[in-house]
Amino acid sequence: MSMKISTRQVDGVTILDLGGRITLGEGSVQLRDSVRDLLAKGQKKILLNLGDVNYIDSSGIGELVSAYTTVRNQGGELKLLNLTRKVHDLLQITKLYTVFDVKDDEASAIASYAHA
Amino acid sequence: MRTEEGHLTGQPEKRVTYTLDSSLDSVNKVEQTAEQMARKAGVDDDEIFRISMAVREAAVNAVLHGNAYDPEKRMTASFENTGSSLVIRITDEGKGLDPATLPDPLAPENLLRGSGRGIFLIRSFMDEVHFKQLHPGTELTLIKHLGAAPSGA
Repeated sequence: MSMKISTRQVDGVTILDLGGRITLGEGSVQLRDSVRDLLAKGQKKILLNLGDVNYIDSSGIGELVSAYTTVRNQGGELKLLNLTRKVHDLLQITKLYTVFDVKDDEASAIASYAHA
Repeated sequence: MRTEEGHLTGQPEKRVTYTLDSSLDSVNKVEQTAEQMARKAGVDDDEIFRISMAVREAAVNAVLHGNAYDPEKRMTASFENTGSSLVIRITDEGKGLDPATLPDPLAPENLLRGSGRGIFLIRSFMDEVHFKQLHPGTELTLIKHLGAAPSGA
């Protein structure tokens, strides 16, 4: 039922591979803590790979938004990769699809980050 | 996930009501019951997702915003297939909810808020949503017409 997170680094970008459910009391807190830890370590180029996220509720959507604004407020960039159709549809109806920078190819997603 | 074969689409069933404590386990139970009910009624997978998510959001509202996880307060969830509709009622014992006061989550000034999308999603995914003030608390009635065109995205 819960969410799985693993982290990897590619060309200065931290990719969080998320799987399972991002919901109230399950994945939401894990996601918040992971993003906070990355920012504390100075890792501000963050790519959330949602390819294996099969369920997200309004709390999870809110957590994605909070992660996005938190990273942006610290001068970083948070982008989304590999949305499932359900997550894509949810971001569409909540009008968040155009707020996020959404990618469907990892290599071009990595290349899209500003390189210092 | 449970699948049951041999049930006619829209076959009426008696109303089943659960009285539950104000916990996330209760939210998950209500969500799973809604999913099973929708599957049994023969609706497609996308509609099952919409119905179970709307019901989950209603249960989260009841437990989190209504009862505020108060162990003394209960949520009730009733499920009924009338033959033409799926009717789910969720009640809490909280301070009450006035839907007219809820901010529009699609308004530009609210788009980046970290919360406030639950009722919007419920309305997007169900055919009818009714609010009733209880004393104390709120009753939310969610209705999905069977055989209707898909709602939402």
